[in-house]
Amino acid sequence: MPAKKTAKKADIKDLVIRVCVGTGGLAAGSQEVMDEFGSQLKSHGIKAEIVKKCVNKTGCRGFCAKDVLADVILNDKSETYQLLTPEMVSRIVEEHIVNGSPVKEWLVGPEYHAFHDKQTKILLKQCGHIDPEDIDAYIKIGGYEGARKIFSLEPSEVIEEIRASGLRGRGGAGFLTGLKWELCSKAEGSPKYIICNADEGDPGAFMDRSVIEGNPHSVIEGMVIGGYAIGANYGYVYIRAEYPLAIQRLKIAISDARKKGFLGENIFKTKFDFDIKIKEGAGAFICGEETALIASIEGKRGMPRAKPPFPAHKGLWGKPTVINNVETLSTLPTIITQGAKWFSSIGTEKSKGTKVFAITGKIKNTGLIEVPMGMSLREIVYDIGGGCEKNCALKAVQTGGPSGGCIPASHIDMPVDYESLMAIGSMMGSGGMVVMDDTTCMVDMAKFFLSFTQNESCGKCTPCRIGTKRMLEILTRITNGKGREGDIELLLELGNSIKLTSLCGLGMSAPNPVLSTIRFFRDEYEAHIRDGICPAAVCKALRIYTVSVELCKMCGKCFKACPSAAIAWEKKQPAKIDKGKCIKCGACYEACPFNAIL
Amino acid sequence: MPQPVLKGESMTDKRCEEVLEKHQKEKGNIISLLQNIQEVFGYIPEDTVFWFSRELNIPASSFYGVATFYAQFYLKPRGKNIITACCGTACHVKGSGPIINKIREELKLPEGETTSKDGKFTVESVACVGACSIAPVFIGNKKVFGKMTIEKASEMLKGIDKGKGA
Repeated sequence: MPAKKTAKKADIKDLVIRVCVGTGGLAAGSQEVMDEFGSQLKSHGIKAEIVKKCVNKTGCRGFCAKDVLADVILNDKSETYQLLTPEMVSRIVEEHIVNGSPVKEWLVGPEYHAFHDKQTKILLKQCGHIDPEDIDAYIKIGGYEGARKIFSLEPSEVIEEIRASGLRGRGGAGFLTGLKWELCSKAEGSPKYIICNADEGDPGAFMDRSVIEGNPHSVIEGMVIGGYAIGANYGYVYIRAEYPLAIQRLKIAISDARKKGFLGENIFKTKFDFDIKIKEGAGAFICGEETALIASIEGKRGMPRAKPPFPAHKGLWGKPTVINNVETLSTLPTIITQGAKWFSSIGTEKSKGTKVFAITGKIKNTGLIEVPMGMSLREIVYDIGGGCEKNCALKAVQTGGPSGGCIPASHIDMPVDYESLMAIGSMMGSGGMVVMDDTTCMVDMAKFFLSFTQNESCGKCTPCRIGTKRMLEILTRITNGKGREGDIELLLELGNSIKLTSLCGLGMSAPNPVLSTIRFFRDEYEAHIRDGICPAAVCKALRIYTVSVELCKMCGKCFKACPSAAIAWEKKQPAKIDKGKCIKCGACYEACPFNAIL
Repeated sequence: MPQPVLKGESMTDKRCEEVLEKHQKEKGNIISLLQNIQEVFGYIPEDTVFWFSRELNIPASSFYGVATFYAQFYLKPRGKNIITACCGTACHVKGSGPIINKIREELKLPEGETTSKDGKFTVESVACVGACSIAPVFIGNKKVFGKMTIEKASEMLKGIDKGKGA
């Protein structure tokens, strides 16, 4: 870094400013903060080209709750600021950078360190530290060393190494990556293809987006390794069109990698050719299923087909194909450089390595975390996540998105790995974790997930197309206060048959959120059906509106707002609601200026 | 039924020819072709489908099948400004529903409609934009607005209407 005297005599040696510009950071205004740092430094007499060198952007560092986050590194001493706005920048430049004393009250607090200390970062280590649009930054920290190393090995040795590491697919089912590769490498047919599945559609999961935005080269390097191992010369990245920033950074990364000779013909000066093409998805959740994804790349309606034949034998254009998830691919370079033994020393017996989770919902420290497999849910929620927002009581944690289930607060000490999650009726999925407290209605939650899968069902097989529709009708009925005796049993029967008879993973897992909430929160279903009460007071139709005599100012606004003449009111008299006539539309609640309608 | 063969005959739009040229050069498929059409026209006009169907000798029904399968394609023109509401789990839990209702109410959108009468706004929803940590999330003309509230939503609409928020 250049040394430069400023106009105000400050000695700016080795100054680096790193601003998080992931989607979360950008939404919080990180671009403006970055620009402000630039113009403030310039106003202190620092030349534009030097400013450009020391103000860097980085990908997501995970702690999105406190965005905008920025590191100011001065003379090798790093300080991190949180919740920055452009207005705060001039004071930081003046006091910290020019005069050398950090603005203490704006620095990150102990929760920032607690959030990071319990994590084991392999995949996210570089996200948040390097500029994702600079290939040299990635090479400087050892990037593409893994890809370089594999060319001294036989493809079968690479497969053996990944197999020995115990790495399992991070996208859902958790199939052994090495085994998948071996099947494909032994399959007959050419050319072979490797596809990166970046169609991250689970509501509540955003690790793939963050990895591509923060460290796109690690995904490319992973694809090179996979391509060499199975003997594929072509790779596709199937990515959601809803992730424009990730697509843009991936495009830059691919073109930079080509310039360096890491992609294209004779990559790394060997005889191996490998190139990558980006395919933008068109908005269909089902395309995360591998056979549907293949159909979509081929330009067809993204409908799954029956397996076998598996894509490893008959995939894209009928040729042997491996499909790996973003997180899986981006883990590969580190496994190659550090060795399978090192990787398999992390995690549990059957679930190796680390897993990235997106923790969101009613939790204090929302963001992206990476922990060793097998860590207890308690550590994740309380030690890293900081517990529930506003100190409400934890009710459940939902994992695996619409394919997963709820883990009730009573099971908070369970380890988080593939097997334990399956055993409790949930699944790892892509790693979304939504925390719910006592203001979340579990029936409404189940309805939310089911309406998602119902909407995304491709319609090819009957159990999923019609079965989920019927289940949704029952759930809607229950949340509308019209539930019947026997509805719970009917939901269980339908759910279990859909699981058994659907064609693909979407249908087979669609009933999970319903089945698992019935298993652990059956009382809430019963309260809706039998007592006409929503215990969390979420379901509007089950609310009973009453007038607080103390708060009522007798203005009559509710009387005028009521469309069903359910409110009795006379001047100088508090209003009264006739429960028989009330249609629970909430108009009186909205109309009351004194919060007297409860 | 109208005669499909006659449809699109009148299409002499130069833009279609440019899209066709690009499509043939890139050896694209129906999805990428539809994506290109939508990029140019803002939606998939019926006429263009028949025109491309004739040029490429692909049945129009194949186009229709793909276009209706994927949520990304629009068969009707959209508003000048696009508001996208994230309906992911985190946004749902954090109360995106009432905010969407408020926005629809302010724009006077009738039930089932997504575009306002004056053609200024289209309100859509998307399954998850993957920015759950700043839920509830709304996107106004590609700009992400996080931690949305009912008050902030009105401000966002006003800002976009004045051309500031875009």
